[in-house]
Amino acid sequence: MYKRLAEAGTPVAITVDGKPISARAGDTVAAALIAAGIDHCRTTPVSGAPRAPYCLMGVCFECLVTVDGVGSRQGCLMPVRDGMTVETQTGKREAGR
Amino acid sequence: MAVSYYDVAVVGGGLVGVATAWGLAREGCRVVVLDEGDRAVRASRGNFALVWVQSKGLGLPEYAGWTIRSSNAWGGFAQTLKEETGLDVSFQRSGGFHLALSERELEARANILKRLHNQPGIVDYKTEIMDRGQVAKMLPDIGPEVVGGSFCPLDGHVNSLRLFRTLHTAIKARGVTYLPSHRVETITKDGGEFRLATEKGEIRAAKVALAAGNANMRLAPMVGLEAPMKPERGQIVVTERLRPFLNHPVVTLRQTDEGTVMIGDSKEESVDPAGLTLGVSATEAERAVRLFPLLANVNVVRTWSAIRVMTQDGFPIYDESETHPGAFTVCCHSGVTLAANHALTVAPMIARGALDTSLVAPFSARRFHVQAAG
Amino acid sequence: MNASDLASSYDLVVIGGGPAGLAAAALAARAGLATVLFDENPGVGGQIYRAITFSPVKDRAVLGEDYWAGAELAAEAQASGALIVNGATVWSLDPARLVGVSIAGQARLIEASRVIIATGSLERPFPIPGWTLPGVMSAGGAQTALKAQGLVPNGKTVLAGGGPLLWLLAAQILRAGGRLDAILDTTPRGNWLRALAHLPDFVLSPYFSKGLKLLREVRAKVRVIRVDRLEAVGGERLREVVFGTADGERRMPADLLLLHQGVVPNVNLAIAAGLAHTWNERQLCFEPVVDRDFNSSVPGISVAGDGAGIAGGTAAAERGRIAAIAAVRALKPEASVPDVQIVRQKLRREAMGRAFLDGLNRPAASFRQPTGDTIVCRCEEVTAKQVRDTADLGCEGPNQMKAFLRCGMGPCQGRLCGLTVTELIAAQRGTTPAEVGYYRLRPPVKPITLSELASLPIAEAERKAVER
Ligand SMILES: Cc1cc2nc3c(=O)[nH]c(=O)nc-3n(C[C@H](O)[C@H](O)[C@H](O)COP(=O)(O)OP(=O)(O)OC[C@H]3O[C@@H](n4cnc5c(N)ncnc54)[C@H](O)[C@@H]3O)c2cc1C
Ligand code: FES
Repeated sequence: MYKRLAEAGTPVAITVDGKPISARAGDTVAAALIAAGIDHCRTTPVSGAPRAPYCLMGVCFECLVTVDGVGSRQGCLMPVRDGMTVETQTGKREAGR
Repeated sequence: MAVSYYDVAVVGGGLVGVATAWGLAREGCRVVVLDEGDRAVRASRGNFALVWVQSKGLGLPEYAGWTIRSSNAWGGFAQTLKEETGLDVSFQRSGGFHLALSERELEARANILKRLHNQPGIVDYKTEIMDRGQVAKMLPDIGPEVVGGSFCPLDGHVNSLRLFRTLHTAIKARGVTYLPSHRVETITKDGGEFRLATEKGEIRAAKVALAAGNANMRLAPMVGLEAPMKPERGQIVVTERLRPFLNHPVVTLRQTDEGTVMIGDSKEESVDPAGLTLGVSATEAERAVRLFPLLANVNVVRTWSAIRVMTQDGFPIYDESETHPGAFTVCCHSGVTLAANHALTVAPMIARGALDTSLVAPFSARRFHVQAAG
Repeated sequence: MNASDLASSYDLVVIGGGPAGLAAAALAARAGLATVLFDENPGVGGQIYRAITFSPVKDRAVLGEDYWAGAELAAEAQASGALIVNGATVWSLDPARLVGVSIAGQARLIEASRVIIATGSLERPFPIPGWTLPGVMSAGGAQTALKAQGLVPNGKTVLAGGGPLLWLLAAQILRAGGRLDAILDTTPRGNWLRALAHLPDFVLSPYFSKGLKLLREVRAKVRVIRVDRLEAVGGERLREVVFGTADGERRMPADLLLLHQGVVPNVNLAIAAGLAHTWNERQLCFEPVVDRDFNSSVPGISVAGDGAGIAGGTAAAERGRIAAIAAVRALKPEASVPDVQIVRQKLRREAMGRAFLDGLNRPAASFRQPTGDTIVCRCEEVTAKQVRDTADLGCEGPNQMKAFLRCGMGPCQGRLCGLTVTELIAAQRGTTPAEVGYYRLRPPVKPITLSELASLPIAEAERKAVER
């Protein structure tokens, strides 16, 4: 869906559902997912429908993902960090995660 | 407006009013519900949704019996509503807990229950004090600070917002006229009928049922009744939807059928529904995390404050006017718990035109004078 | 920066680091007010100057000079002595100006003598069938990805809607070498008539020539189709876009559909803080009631920038300056500040042409008031039909609607459904949005964790209200 302009910056290694993804410095988690061509980042807790980041500016909450073991983080407001583990979410969040 | 003459005008479109209206419509009455607008202070939108028995009745033992009657009727009530509307209000009578975070709290709890059950004439509703080990068997996720609690098998909960919507859907299907933004200003009796002046014109009815919550205090004297109230504010914190982890409601914390966790049960002497005391929300949150540490990282998505409809002694008021026959009060705090009674027991009495004193005499507001005299 | 490093009180707390917030913080700090600016994004700039300090898009022509003008504003704020904290989410503000802020999972309450809310705007909800499918994004989202990460669409891409930002984004995508297959223009033809009365003003405004140039640039390269109906179709993700044209229904395969129909003030924090709001019929949105210094109905709290009503990025900066001058005058009358009359004059020039643009770009009712199974509330998956049917039950406003259907109860707290629900109720009940009103909102206006909430200071009486 998206490509990076050649000029875009230094690589940052993160994993998404266990698979390594090459993000760039300056990416947010949501942008890294989009750049990697990941289709959806969660399924809804209501009907289980797949959703992907929609606004990228912190208002829609479609970009919720589990980051370093903590669920429902707003991916579009969170800068990536080397070694970060991201997991897509399925339905309702599990308490304690 | 189709008709402006009705058998019964129910004043108030909260849970008490619509449950009563539904019951009246089932008895064949032509009913109008007069309500305030969207921004009204409406406890029906802010309650905690427990159908709760334990602790009810200290100071008025008949209240325990009245509560159990409703709790027993609730399953059938929910079923009937489902048949009429297709909506499931998700009533669960799984038994509920009161949890203690210290030996002192547990002792205080045991004392209350002892005093309650020592009252003459009280129904035994089998509340049991449990130690930590017993509680942990039923609520495996409790935190290390939980020392025990009390458990009552009659306690349950429901999706109260869906109940509210279901009752509105059901009264519409039964032909009840619902008029929002019709705040009742005055009520007079003229000849055989009541005239209710509202912001949007006059409504006439043969009978009036006052179910206007704390506003009953203002309205009741217009028809020879009284409803001494002392409103108080409660705040609730709600989390995002979680997978089910809690099989029994706790009096201060429950998981809804949708997955959200509601945390509440504060009491402040305030009638400002717009205000919210952050320190109160913080205390609720802090206790919630101590009760169930796995909630620590969970997101709070909303908080709200609501004004409890509270009579001066906390017990319901059901009354029939002596000076204005045909005028009734239906006024209580626990409108979710008592919804089945209001729909199935109180409404038929109003339809017949007389309260059944064998059931509701203890709840007359006349008790306030007896107490004052004594 | 951790939440614990903050002082317990500041002269001025500025919420939002777009042009309004940056200009306000810079001016106030220069005049000697102890000023802190919070913004939840990783960098300053707000929406228009998103990632202005670290954008990977180095070719200045791609984003345009209007974008790069933000660099000066950001530098000015950074040099002003104001404390600028990014990654800081303000989740609460009360009428006593207690600010609840959360930084890296740690919450703090900060006192402020004055507060300037500069939380800007968000895109108007665009509830069409299928808008929740992966592959459908807001145009603003795509623009953010371009500004901040240098990402451009390269699959089959359709841009749909209307308004100046739509055309700007189209131009930016094209200049960056991205792919754009078609623009589906949803603005009704009749809007020209509505706008005509304001044409003379518009012709004199800076928007006029810029706007025409942009339109020409885009039209030369992309097909523009006027549509009166729009649908995103697909199973697990977007597959095609279906639309109605003067010649009947058409379909177009698509990997990415970008939606935009203008921006509206981001009112959540201001409403939760108790500020009076009013319906703006020209811009079809709620906005806070402010005076000429942008003071709100709550003493000591002002709203600057697009949060106070849509006027654009340059105007936002001037509005921020005016609000800051008022703050300095109130707290430190002896300090020297720029002449407010001059700032007001600039603002008046900026305002020229707005009425024309508002009329021209007014989104059609059919794209604001959906029908049938179209989702209105994305979080709780509530449909237009449910909202309409419930309005027929006698539900007069959004608060009762929320209780009945849960719309607005999810994590976005109504940001993507509030206006739609209000408009649907008004349409269904034959009344006006002003009459219907908006959701009652309370803190936290952005989710915080239970342990963050639990960590706040608790007074004895507050504890007693719970522990009995
Ligand atoms: C997606 C989008 C793209 C746009 N692109 C352009 C463009 O390319 N060109 C153009 O001329 N105009 C554009 N606009 C319009 C333009 O953004 C505004 O006119 C201008 O930014 C208004 O400035 P502001 O300072 O009022 O608000 P903003 O720039 O929106 O800044 C507000 C800031 O406050 C932050 N914030 C909000 N709530 C909180 C909170 N609770 N806690 C902490 N921080 C918070 C936000 O994250 C944001 O950074 C765009 C608008 C949107 C919505
Ligand atoms: S994408 Fe909308 S909040 Fe993150």
